[in-house]
Amino acid sequence: MAEDPQAEEVAEEEDDLPAWSLPLGGASKIALENPVAGRVDREWALGGATGRGVRVCVLDSGVERNHPRVGEIAGAVAIRLDEEGGTIAEPDEEGDLCGHGTACAGVIRGIAPEAEIYSVRVLGGGFSGSGKVLVAGLHWAVGQGYDIINMSLSTTKRQLGETLHELADSAYFQRTVLVASAHNMPVESFPWRFSSVISVGSHEESDPMVFYANPNPPVEFFAHGVDVDIAWLGGGSIRATGNSFATPCISAIAALILSKHPRLTPFQLKSVLFQIASNVGGPDDRQS
Amino acid sequence: MTDKADLNAAVAAGVLSADDQFGRLLRSIVDVARAIFGAKASSIMLHDESTDELVFAAVSGEGEEALVGKRFPSSAGIAGWVLSSRTPLVLEDVQNDPRFARDVAERTGYVPKGLMAVPLLDEEEALGVLQVLDRPQRSRFSLQEMELLGLFAGQAAIALGLLRSAQRARAALEGDGDVAVVASLAAAVDSLEGSRRDAGISLLRELERVLGQS
Repeated sequence: MAEDPQAEEVAEEEDDLPAWSLPLGGASKIALENPVAGRVDREWALGGATGRGVRVCVLDSGVERNHPRVGEIAGAVAIRLDEEGGTIAEPDEEGDLCGHGTACAGVIRGIAPEAEIYSVRVLGGGFSGSGKVLVAGLHWAVGQGYDIINMSLSTTKRQLGETLHELADSAYFQRTVLVASAHNMPVESFPWRFSSVISVGSHEESDPMVFYANPNPPVEFFAHGVDVDIAWLGGGSIRATGNSFATPCISAIAALILSKHPRLTPFQLKSVLFQIASNVGGPDDRQS
Repeated sequence: MTDKADLNAAVAAGVLSADDQFGRLLRSIVDVARAIFGAKASSIMLHDESTDELVFAAVSGEGEEALVGKRFPSSAGIAGWVLSSRTPLVLEDVQNDPRFARDVAERTGYVPKGLMAVPLLDEEEALGVLQVLDRPQRSRFSLQEMELLGLFAGQAAIALGLLRSAQRARAALEGDGDVAVVASLAAAVDSLEGSRRDAGISLLRELERVLGQS
């Protein structure tokens, strides 16, 4: 970057931008292009998109190597904690310990075939302390600057909720989109309830490109989560139901949008998702 | 757990007593779960904090006799994932997963076609996993069933939460900590009759007044 004089100039200009307040005359420095000007429909949002160039992280149980429905993944690490509670991220040689992460990666690959999928394994080291590993894994993943982090899991520990909230906000401001499964049981869990993430529940239709905006949050979108044909261990497939599988549908649709419109912030991306939702954009938008 | 919480739990233990009652509660949960869904089997696995394992605590239907008491690592398989992720999961055609089929067959002698697994969440705590195996394949799974499973698991978890605090309370009462002294004092007064009982209670009231002033 430093060798490119033009890039240096841009960096200097960015350094000069007001961050905490806007002085007189400062408005001219923050003139913004509207990335969603004009009609927003599915053709504009994701027509012809493949997810190319978008880095999607699957924070889960790992991803099976060379599964035919997942193909090559761009990277895989396993997260664990050392004795002082420090985070250790090691290359993941074990793949997937239960099938769930592979299933999520397969859903993403099916919708966004050219997205770069990264696996960050936070499950499999035993239940005790699993909440802390989840937080450490998310912290690590946010630090990697992925475009999208798929979280088909949650924790009920309130103590961890606060840290997760801070992480979700950091991700939001650095343009990393967290897509998290909503809980369909009457309990408090995190991080899906935070407004800085995109939360996903299930609908009963069978088209993975059909998704609905929910007028009654905190669950914000409903996607294909019932009787889903998913990738599973041993190179195979099974059918499954759960918000776990609706969540990667939205992650993948978000990857399609970002591959066409890489400058969108999480806020703008969520607005685009709302505008092209099957109950908002009208019947034309239901065609994938 | 704090001593105060132990003491509160000790009161609960006065109501919920013998182990066989706990066993009956667990058994009732799996029987009802099986009946609700018309399933071939249902089981509860509880998390053992001391060994970080899941333990089969009650089973209804297939595998009933062989399974209770069997243990496996809390990170293993679908139940482990459900426990750690606190997320319910419904899988069909699990026989397509050779590793799952082999592991389960070795453990239980019975390989289901489909299973529903839901975490037992009592507020912040994940106590274990409730599984319902082989519901009838007459129709595809519905969100209504998912909701029912979640609601039922919530109720079961509340009952199990009571069970666990009663068990902890009993451990506290049977130990040699501060709470055990109070409990044995309460038991001693409770065993008295007539004027000796009245005297014992007024003595305790006086003690309460004196301690309350400090």
